[in-house]
Amino acid sequence: MSRPSGILRATLAKDLRLEWRSKDAINSMLFFALLVVVIFSFSFDPLAEESRRIAGGLIWVAFLFAAVTALNQTWARELRNQVLDAYRISPAPANSLFLAKAFGNFIFVIVLEALMTPLFIIFYNLRAVGPAWELIPVAVLGTWALVVNGTFFAAVSVRTRSREIMLPLLLFPFSIPALVAMVNATTNLLTGEDSTKYWIVLLATYDLVFTIACLVLFETVLQAE
Amino acid sequence: MKRSFPIFAVLTALLLGYAFYEAMFVAPTDQMQGDVYRIIYYHVPSAWTMFIFFLTNFVASVVYLVRRNPKADAVAAAAAEIGVVFCTVVLVTGPIWARPVWGIWWTWDTRLTSTLVLWLIYVSYLMLRRFSSGGQAPVLAAALAVFGALDMPLVYFSIWFFRTQHPQPVVGDGGSIDPRMWHVWLLNWAAFLCFGLLVFWKRYQLEILQQEVNETQALQTLHDPRSSQ
Repeated sequence: MSRPSGILRATLAKDLRLEWRSKDAINSMLFFALLVVVIFSFSFDPLAEESRRIAGGLIWVAFLFAAVTALNQTWARELRNQVLDAYRISPAPANSLFLAKAFGNFIFVIVLEALMTPLFIIFYNLRAVGPAWELIPVAVLGTWALVVNGTFFAAVSVRTRSREIMLPLLLFPFSIPALVAMVNATTNLLTGEDSTKYWIVLLATYDLVFTIACLVLFETVLQAE
Repeated sequence: MKRSFPIFAVLTALLLGYAFYEAMFVAPTDQMQGDVYRIIYYHVPSAWTMFIFFLTNFVASVVYLVRRNPKADAVAAAAAEIGVVFCTVVLVTGPIWARPVWGIWWTWDTRLTSTLVLWLIYVSYLMLRRFSSGGQAPVLAAALAVFGALDMPLVYFSIWFFRTQHPQPVVGDGGSIDPRMWHVWLLNWAAFLCFGLLVFWKRYQLEILQQEVNETQALQTLHDPRSSQ
């Protein structure tokens, strides 16, 4: 019987290896985010000053939409060959499995952000007026906020009919406070008009509250018959 | 027990009629807003009733997660649906009132926006119930209700901070309210609460019957697997 951290590491390594070989999630996310960027630029035609104001919103909406495509595959992948049922009857702690999936998604989305952010900067001629390094805590906390609930709701929606549609329907309303915080923090950094401190605290609270909630309720959801 | 429902229904109808009469003809006209303010007797009681039903849904969901009592799930399902109905009434009467008084249909202020998000969250709750099958629905929905309760304070604070730099609409508070208005207000609340409870009663019974039907069907399939094909 291996320790919970061992199970976590094994599951995470398996998911990363699968992704490394297939590149399904990252390819679909990247192309999707790219499409969102291009379509947004056609719909708004922003000037430099204006784009600084709306870029925070554009970036995060693009990442949110793109993340859903990866999150949908999180558990759907395990339905084939009844892997999910095997997880359910195995004595492995459910939370190790959940954390492994959440960390995996976190890595995918962070990679996506690292690749897409330069493109955003080029397309929208962005230059941060505020302290740009603060984008890193905002990105880390914001991504975790999307991914922790996204992984949980993906586990919920995989049990429903029309599961691909169900995930955004559940995730978007619940992510509104996190999205408000991410967008405002990013906009404040780009325009340099206001402090981001409050938003970072709000994001950290959101992360803490929902990480605990997911860990408490995940086993219940996984075992739901 | 069988007779108490029609009696309660008749009493609720009388109370609703009386509350309507009081709100339209007896309550004094507002000094600032004129007669249009009378929508307050529908807007605010609906909001309070909505909160009671959403709170019921949350408590019932927690009870279900702990005890796995199907009755708690029936309460949660019925309460969520009626809560959404009252929330819709709040969201519809709000703009109708706001248009003549504030001059705009909608403003993204804290209370309006959080009510809208609350509505979105509970609609997604109802969607989940609708799209998940049989035995899983109660557990998944109860988990979602807990998430919703955790989310609401964060929603409120995020929007509150987002909107503090904007002017807040003034909704009659601060000023003195005629005691007769209070009386009519509470009367209307009592009437709408009774109406909500009346619908809740039937909806709860329906949910229990549905559970029995599902159980019977599952048992039949167990006894004779071919009958389900």
